[in-house]
Formats: sequence, structure tokens, C-alpha cells
Amino acid sequence: MLETININFWYGAFHALKDISMKIERNTVTAFIGPSGCGKSTFLRLFNRMNDLIPDTHLTGECLIDGKNIYSKTVDVTGLRKNVGMVFQKPNPFPKTIYDNVAYGLRVDGESNRGLIARRVEESLKSAALWDEVKDKLKKSAFELSGGQQQRLCIARALAISPSVILMDEPASALDPVSTSKIEDLIHTLKRDYTIVIVTHNMQQAARISDRTGFFMLGELIEFNDTKKVFLNPDREETQNYITGRFG
Amino acid sequence: MNKQIRQNIAFTVFRLLSLAVVGILFWILGFITYKGIGVISWQFLTTAPTDGMTAGGIFPAIVGTLCLIAGSAAVAFPLGILSAIYTSEYAGDGKVVRFIRIMTNNLAGIPSIVFGLFGMSLFVNTMGFGDSIIAGSLTLGLLTMPLVIRTTEEALKAIPDTFRQGSYALGASKLQTVSRIVLPAAFPNIITGLILSVGRISGETAPILFTVAAYFLPQLPDSIYSQVMALPYHLYVIAVSGTDLEATRPMAYGTALVLIAIVLIINVSASIIRKKLSKRYA
Amino acid sequence: MNRTAEKLAESLLTVSGTTTGIVILLIVFFLFKEGAGFFHHNDVEAGYALCVNGENAVKNLSSGQIKDIFDYETGNWKEVGGADEEIVPFRVSDIINMYQEAELGENYVLLPEKIGETIAKTRGIIAFIPVQYLPESNPEVRVLESKRLNPSDFFMGKDWMPTATPAPQFGLLPLLAGTLWVSLFAIIIALPLGLGVAIYLAELAGERTRNLLKPAIELLAGIPSVVYGFFGLVVLVPFIQKIFDLPVGETAFAGSLILAIMALPTIITVAEDSIRNTPQSIREASLGLGASHWQTICRVIIPYSASGISAAIVLGIGRAVGETMAVLMVTGNAAVIPHTLFEPVRTIPATIAAELGEAPAGGIHSGALFVLGCILFIITAAVSVGAELISKNKYKNI
Repeated sequence: MLETININFWYGAFHALKDISMKIERNTVTAFIGPSGCGKSTFLRLFNRMNDLIPDTHLTGECLIDGKNIYSKTVDVTGLRKNVGMVFQKPNPFPKTIYDNVAYGLRVDGESNRGLIARRVEESLKSAALWDEVKDKLKKSAFELSGGQQQRLCIARALAISPSVILMDEPASALDPVSTSKIEDLIHTLKRDYTIVIVTHNMQQAARISDRTGFFMLGELIEFNDTKKVFLNPDREETQNYITGRFG
Repeated sequence: MNKQIRQNIAFTVFRLLSLAVVGILFWILGFITYKGIGVISWQFLTTAPTDGMTAGGIFPAIVGTLCLIAGSAAVAFPLGILSAIYTSEYAGDGKVVRFIRIMTNNLAGIPSIVFGLFGMSLFVNTMGFGDSIIAGSLTLGLLTMPLVIRTTEEALKAIPDTFRQGSYALGASKLQTVSRIVLPAAFPNIITGLILSVGRISGETAPILFTVAAYFLPQLPDSIYSQVMALPYHLYVIAVSGTDLEATRPMAYGTALVLIAIVLIINVSASIIRKKLSKRYA
Repeated sequence: MNRTAEKLAESLLTVSGTTTGIVILLIVFFLFKEGAGFFHHNDVEAGYALCVNGENAVKNLSSGQIKDIFDYETGNWKEVGGADEEIVPFRVSDIINMYQEAELGENYVLLPEKIGETIAKTRGIIAFIPVQYLPESNPEVRVLESKRLNPSDFFMGKDWMPTATPAPQFGLLPLLAGTLWVSLFAIIIALPLGLGVAIYLAELAGERTRNLLKPAIELLAGIPSVVYGFFGLVVLVPFIQKIFDLPVGETAFAGSLILAIMALPTIITVAEDSIRNTPQSIREASLGLGASHWQTICRVIIPYSASGISAAIVLGIGRAVGETMAVLMVTGNAAVIPHTLFEPVRTIPATIAAELGEAPAGGIHSGALFVLGCILFIITAAVSVGAELISKNKYKNI
């Protein structure tokens, strides 16, 4: 379970997230929507502390995963990131083979058992619905795959280290409609085993795949509710305007 | 005059100028090759100069240059590459980094003769190495350091941040990210930079004048404290201050051709390696 | 263990980075330390002294005056502020013209005494003698005070004669003039050529021509300077001598030609980059208003990339100023202030290269060469800072 309590976040002097509190249940898909620059990606990146990589940022409040504050001093960031997988906006496979891409997380974790690695690679590729397409070319460069395949490879790469949470930052924004629908189907099946948080620009996508939706604007969480409720009968006028405007 | 005609004239001039530049290159290469090719033989490459450097070969100079390449690579490559990794991957935008960056930029512009002065003052005199391979290598190493740092930095910067983020998101540490993702991906360009700096080392004359180069020394070096002959310096010597300039000319053409050939080979192999390796990773 | 490796790697990298910075500081420090040493020397060679007759009114002489006296260009003391008396320059070796060898005693023990006698009896004398032969406390002999070298003599001096005795002359002007002449003319030759090629590469050349031209230019940059020097020596120098009917072909002009070729790659690359960086939108705006491609280049693209082109010029000059070997081999190396392009000149780097081998370490001459090195360093540092400032100022002057 993910939970944030009164999160505030600054890029230098810019107040990017304002007092955000929310709870995300296990094995659900949660979508964050909102206009560009509203802070939804920044918020997503709090959960695996990717914002740590940006200099001159500042955070207050608490961010809990299974009841533990991941920003407490004793937390091992690399361990946290193994538990919280992430899929990026553009597919970013490493300049390595397909196999090595999926095995990377295990290897940097110090895993040296080849049989185990091979098993995990296969399982992950299967879970990411990519196995049948790549099983004959595991030693080929990951760059030979199409964009949609690359993105599923990145998902498989994230799955290989058995995270409990998967963060997706507009995972389909750079893909064609067919690849997008494959990714959406995949998200649907992954829900059984993982907690998924996804940032998306595409309102239909949020409506199709998520259980709960959070609407962000200007660094504030305007509304967070069941997806059906948010899209059909939002509590707040801003949400209504945004959704109708975009659907219009 | 109509603007179309004016444009045609201007563009023709530019085309001719570009041709002229290529022409100059071919003139130089062609001339040296034409005059020098007759001199090149197995014996020329493998024996020492004889008869007041009017006959024999340039073997000691080739060996000397190889020693200097190896020595200065040993100085400049590790330090330069590590510094570049430090400045572009580890250090943020702090004072140290800005200081190093300003310094390397400055260093890159310093004339090579100034390195020669410094090398003589510090390595030859103050540290007491005398004219030696080690003094020459340190001097040449410093000279190429900015080139190594800059090309390595550029190679590292060319690696998209998404690779790094992807690696961190999988729980990799900084060292793992740098050593397993960033460096392998930047490798082709780093190697190309290193090869080009070897090219630079092999042709430099001014820095070795007072730190290592010997006028005439047929023996091969036996330690890093030996003096050696070196190809560029040898060419300088036999071009301007031989005992019998006319008789030495053919030797000079041969030496110049060998030097040019080295530079050509290095340039070509650098671009081949870059192409080959980047294909492998792309 | 992982943590330890991490920490170790980070400290190793930090150390390397810092070492690099420190090494560079060291270079600067050493250069300037040795250079500063020069100004602690006296104008008369160490270990020697200049003596005059006790009645001579002249208290001290400048280094230039000393040189003129011993070159017999100044013949009378009144020209240097003394009485109307003919100057008689005297060196120790002249003593045998006055005394028999036997009179000087065994191992020349009587030499100081005899020198004293000579000075005492010759009113117009100026004697240049080693300190160990100085006559002891002879009231008829006065040792001229030797002075610290004067920076203004160095920076304004018109003679570079580092091995002249008794007073070596270290005047920067002929070297500076030589350097500037050669470099500036090199740029004047290289600029139109380089700019034309840069425009061609950036605007006109197709992919295939580019793929041929770029490596050619890289290769031009890769050829060692000593090969350029050699090429200049065997091709350009005789050619220039013949065409312009000169006594020698080794001239500033030959140096400029070679430097122009050597500066071309720098100019082309930097200028091409800046032309290429002109935004497509600006280009299209001009073309869209009915301008021809050439008009667009002239009136929009070149003004837009003016700062980059200026940076190219400055960097080209930097390259030319510091170039050593090629210039050393083709310019003839006469340390005189040139009046035309067709005279031999000597540049600062060539001077260092030619003379450092013969200048004893720690001596006045090597000190002077280090000062030259400092000057080169300052010029090139100014060049790189200047180029940076110019490229930063990009859009201001449009």
C-alpha cells in the first residue's frame, strides 16, 4: 500500500507539489491525469525517489510504502527501487541485448546464478507478453525491436526484479495505437500481481485501465476517487471542466 | 545583375574554394608520397641511420616514438578518463568541476612549446629525470590530457539520461550505472578520442625538443630514463640541421612519409572503429 | 562491500579530477615562477663586473648603452652623460696587448693588479672583467653598479641578442612583431578560404560531398606541424624565393602561408558549426520572403552566425600564434622588426624552440625564454577567453 501525507515538493524556489495526501490500495491501477506541468509525473517519481537525481530539490511530508517512510534516513534507495519498478515515457532499453536488458536488474543486485537468471528472464518476458516475439532473438540488440516491443521489454525489465509496485510515466505516449492497446491489455493482466500507478495524458486510457483516478492541477491534487466517479460525476468543477474540455 | 546569376557566381566560388582545400591536402600528401615512396624499404624501417644520417634507416626514431606514445598514453589516458568521468557523472556543477573545466579549456589552447618549457623546468630539471622517456612522456601526456578529457566528456554526455534513469529505476547504484550502462555505451566514442590523441602525440615535436629527443642515438632505449630519438624530431633535425642537407633530403622525405602514414592510419582506424563499434551497440 | 566499492570509486574519481586541476595550476605556477626569475637577474652577466676610471662621472649605464659601447656604436662618454672623452672598451683578453705574459705572473696572479693599473691610467676606459680578477681596493677603479633588469627594457626593447656580452639584450618587440605579422597575415589568407569552405559545407554540399570533405579537413588538422614545416621548407620557400626574386625564401610570407593552411581546419570547423546552428525557421523566413539562397546566406545566416565566425577567427589566431615547428622551419628566424612580409622574421615560439637548448638552466637567457612562454600563455588564454565571450554574446549585436 502506498500512502503520502502532506507532501510538498520544490524545484529550487518553484513549489511543484502542494500538500498532497493520498492512499493507494494494493493490486489496483491508479491513474494520474492533469494538464502538463501539473506535477503528476513529479509526484509519481516520489515513490521510487527518482527526484533525488535532480539537484536543488526539496521535499517535506511523508511518503509511505507498506507503512514505512521511504524518505527516512535509514532507507536504502537502491533496495527501494528494486521494490518499485518504473517504466518511462519513451522506451529506454539499454544498448545491450534483449536478454541482458531483462537480466540487468538481477545482475546489479548481485545475482550470479545463471539458471535462475535465465528463468526470471523468460518469466518476465512472458508476463510482459513479449516472449513469443523475441524468444528466438534474445541475443540480438534491444534496438532491433519496434517501439511497442521496446516498451514491453522495459516492462519485462522492471518485472524481472519482482517489484511490488510498478510506476508508469506515460508509457504509451510515444507508441502507435496498436502497441498502445497491447500495453493497456498488459497493464490489465499485471494488476493481479502488482500495484500499478500510471501517469497519462490520454483520458480515455485512464478511463479504460484504471480503478482510481487522481486529477492534478498546478501542483495540487484536485480530486482523487474511483475512476468511474471521476469521469462520470466528479465532485469538483475543475475536474469536470478538464474532462469535458478534453473529451469535447 | 540578376540575383540568380550572383548566386551562381558565389556558389561556384565556394565550390572552388572547397576544391582548393582538398587540393592543398592532396598536394601535400601527394608530394611527400611521391618523393618519399622510393626511400621506404624494409631496411629503412628497421635499421639505424648511418653516415651522418644520410643513409640507413629510422628504426630508433620509430621505436622512440612508440615508447613516447605508450608512455604518454599511460600518463594521460587513466587520469584523463577518470577525470572526465568525475566531472561529467559524479561532480555536480560545483566549484571543483568548474575549476577543472576552465583549466582544461585553457590547457587545450596552450601552445605545445609552452608544455616543452614546463616539462623541461619541472621534469627534466626540478625532478631530475634529465632528458628521458619519462620526462617526455609526462610532458606529452599533459599535452594530450585536455583532448582526452574533452572527448571522453563529450562521449559521456552523448549518452541519453534515460539510460541512467532506467538503470537507477532498477535499483542499480551509481557505480553500477556508470560501469555497466554509461561506459559501455560511450565506449566507441571514447576509444575514437583516445586513438586521435595518439595521433596527436606521435606528431608533436616542440614538447619533446628539451625533454627527451636525441639528435642521433642509434641504440635503443633500455629504461624509462633513456633518451630516445623520435620521428618528428628526427624529421626536423634532418630537414634543417643535418651535416649534409642535400644528401639527407631523401631520408627526410622518407621520414615525413612515415609520419604522414601513421597519422593517416590512425585517422582512418579511428573512424572505422567508431563505425564498427557503434553499429554493434545500436 | 558494495558500499565500499562505491565509495572507493567515487574517491578515486574525485582524486583524479582534483589532480588534473592541480597539475594545470602547477604548469602555470612553474612557468611564471621561472619567468619571474628573469627579472631578478642583473643586466650584466653574473660573475662579471664593469669598471671605469675613478674620475669618470658616469654613475651607471643602461643595458642598451652598454651594448652600444661594446659594439663601438657609442664612442664618446658625453653621449651617455659623461665628460667629453673617447670611450675605450676593454675586455680581459685585451690585456695581452698591454703586458707580456710573463708580467702577469704565474697563473695570472698579478692580473687583477695589472687590470687596476690599466684602468687607472686610461681615463676613457670601460672594462668588462670577471669578478675574480677585480683589482682590490684601488681608488682609481670604480665598479659600475649593475642594475636589476628592467621590465620596460624587456617589453619595449628593440633588440633580441640573448648571447651578447657584456650586456645581453632581451627586447621583446622584434619577436612580438614577428609573431603578430606572421599570424595576422596567416588569418587574412585563411579567413576567406575557410569561410567559403564553411559556407559550402554547411549550406551547399550534399551528404556525399560532406562525407568526403569532412575527413579531408580532419586529416589536414592531423598532419604534424613538423611535416608542414618540412613541406614549406622544400616547396614553398624555394617557390617564394623564385617568384618574388628574393635573396632568401625563408620569410614571414612563407610562415603565413603555412600557418594559413594549418589554421584552416580550426576556422572551417568552428565557422561551419555556427552557420549550421542557425535555426531553420530564420532561414525559411528569409526564403519565404522571396530572397535567394545566396541572399539568405549573406543577409541572414552570416549576420546570425557572426559571433561564431568571430570566434573561429580568434581561435585561428590562437592556433597560429602558438605554432612552433612549422614557423621555425620556414621563417628564417632573424630577430629583427620586419618591414615587409618578405623578410625573415622570428616568432616567440620559434625563439623558445631555437634557443632553449643552448640556454643554461636557471640562467638569464633561459629565464627570458620562460618569460616568452608566459607571454604565449597569456596570449592564448586571452584568446580562449575571448572566443568564449564572443560566442556567449551571440544575439546581442543583431
